[in-house]
Amino acid sequence: MSEATDLNLVEAINQSLGQLLEDDPQALLLGEDIGANGGVFRATAGLQQRFGEERVIDTPLSEAGFVGAAIGMCLVGLHPVVEIQFDAFVYPAFQQLIAHAGRFRWRTRGAYGLPLVIRIPYGGGTRAPELHSDSPETLFSHMPGLRVVVPSDPLSAGEMLLAAAKYGDPVIFLEPKRMYRRGRQSVPAKFSDGDLDHAVLVRPGEDLTVVAYGAMIEVAKVAADQLQSEGVSTRILDLRCIYPLDRDSLLAAAEETGRVLIVHEAPRHCGLGAEVAALLQEEVADSLLAPTLRVTGMDMPFPLSQNEDDALPSVERVLAAAHTMLAY
Amino acid sequence: MGTEPKIAGAPPSSSPGPPLGAPGAELLEGARTVLGLAEPEMQAALQAWPRDLCLDLFTAMARLRAFDERAVILQRQGRIGTYPTFYGEEAVQAASVRALQSRDWLFPTYRQTAAVTLRGCPPLVPLLMWRGHPGGWHDVMKYRVAPLCVPVATNLPHAVGAAWGAKLRHEDLVALGYGGDGSTSAGDFHEACNLAAVVAAPVIFLITNNQWAISTPISKQTKVRRIADKAAAYGIPGIRVDAFDVFACYEAVREAAARGREGKGPTLIEAIGYRLGPHGTADEPSLYRDLELDRLWAPMEPLRRTQTAMVRAGVANDGELDLIRSDAAKDLRDIGDAIEAEPSVSIEDVAATVHRDTPWGLLPEGLREPSWNVPAEEEG
Repeated sequence: MSEATDLNLVEAINQSLGQLLEDDPQALLLGEDIGANGGVFRATAGLQQRFGEERVIDTPLSEAGFVGAAIGMCLVGLHPVVEIQFDAFVYPAFQQLIAHAGRFRWRTRGAYGLPLVIRIPYGGGTRAPELHSDSPETLFSHMPGLRVVVPSDPLSAGEMLLAAAKYGDPVIFLEPKRMYRRGRQSVPAKFSDGDLDHAVLVRPGEDLTVVAYGAMIEVAKVAADQLQSEGVSTRILDLRCIYPLDRDSLLAAAEETGRVLIVHEAPRHCGLGAEVAALLQEEVADSLLAPTLRVTGMDMPFPLSQNEDDALPSVERVLAAAHTMLAY
Repeated sequence: MGTEPKIAGAPPSSSPGPPLGAPGAELLEGARTVLGLAEPEMQAALQAWPRDLCLDLFTAMARLRAFDERAVILQRQGRIGTYPTFYGEEAVQAASVRALQSRDWLFPTYRQTAAVTLRGCPPLVPLLMWRGHPGGWHDVMKYRVAPLCVPVATNLPHAVGAAWGAKLRHEDLVALGYGGDGSTSAGDFHEACNLAAVVAAPVIFLITNNQWAISTPISKQTKVRRIADKAAAYGIPGIRVDAFDVFACYEAVREAAARGREGKGPTLIEAIGYRLGPHGTADEPSLYRDLELDRLWAPMEPLRRTQTAMVRAGVANDGELDLIRSDAAKDLRDIGDAIEAEPSVSIEDVAATVHRDTPWGLLPEGLREPSWNVPAEEEG
């Protein structure tokens, strides 16, 4: 393996896409402004120059059209990786994803899957305009047939993207855009295939588990440091796989720490936290030393930038919830 | 079917021409037609066609008709569920399948339920679909026919992607996506046409304008009189053809496919017809349309219209064409018993077909009780 480099998350995505195009002649990228422009976040910077206009393709402004076309491309042997420019821009393609992509293997009685990846920069904290900060993960994890994953750092982003592209069923690949340029990590010059099944233990702990993913891992880490200074040992579980959930890691966290706090940016109602809390009470209620609490986004449109810090889960809100649980 | 009405200004009832005077018939003016030509020209045109091809097209229509008639009977018998009949669309459907190569992809809607049988799929399979049996999903890759698409127009981007993808792979194939007049009001129709045009995808949009979307007439669907005119918005050709004319439809699809293969991009075909039957077996057209219209359009019924023309042109005789139709019907006589004999599939087995790796919640143990409530005899 050649030399490791320090990359931020969006550079890791770029390296992973380049590696994919290099290794898989059937792989191609589709999206708006991903060619000469390199994508609005530069995730595809330089790739059209390297691989040409037939591998890195600028599409008309039509999410339903090009996501639907990507489904058709899969039927003739291609492996499309689609970039949705911003989270909320995926809504026009929602029908293609839930009424078609997620149902294709079922419609072929398990025989054929669609080797399709939908990359979606998602989440808030970037002071963006309306409909540029949504967290749509629950929508996709609620609808059958889609695998939904969220990396949290450069290495997991590069590795999980490569694995998603080789997976063979549609993968909704949510990229925490707030983390795109938030620090660097040493990654190998060639990524290995990542893990699309398991949560990752970010930090061991015995008194409380914070379950989070994406940009919320950073919030959890700061909160855990503070709790440590108070003598509370906090485990952080980076969920990474939204669907299917890593059931064993969640049950183990509940059984071993007795308290599970869930943090996500998406609205609370029917959010992933509800699913995790339901799973824990169904399976390991006796192990819980405190009710499972949720620190989440609000049940309202993601606010304009002046109020976004009020809506996003903060270190303070995580600490408050942790203290409530510890005092139960 | 039924008795032929006398229509003022219409050609003699034995003529295969369009129902002049019937509301909506003016849409056929200027549409490509062979059967609608004046008698001598029509006969000369058919005589110029290879007889084998004429018979093959007629046979394909007869098989579609036999399927449709059998399916309606099975629905009346309660052996299948609600069923979207395609009575009257046999010409455009048979022509579209036969005009393409077996390597070309088809993207049907629920209205083209039997198109896959013209690619060799046993009719049992689509009938199982309407019985709600998972065996109704045909082998998509084997026949190069996509699964039946229920939300109208959403299959059209798939057709674009298959055609465009094949082009990127330098494969010589075209794709055809089916739609109805109603589908052209949906966003995916627009996105598909636009995208296909921009990337010059070798795709054919075959829109059968039967003038009704369940109860909604074409006048409430669009202000454009000619759906083919919508092609201009995408910078692609729009062709208008008589949907009841298997020969004209065949030529139109062949021409569109040739354009695609030559790298000239997509074609929009508007096949103009009339929905001779209900939307489906659960539909009651008398609630929303004057049934006199159905009677006016009835002479266009494509099987008899085609047979009449072929016989008058001397291409075939009634005896052999009747035999083709009765053979097609005979092949399906016992299929009701066959679909009933199909063993049912457990929900566990169906659940196992959704994902490459079945998630724990869909495994038999995940479908069951919480893990702490496992029955005592199963414990260690």
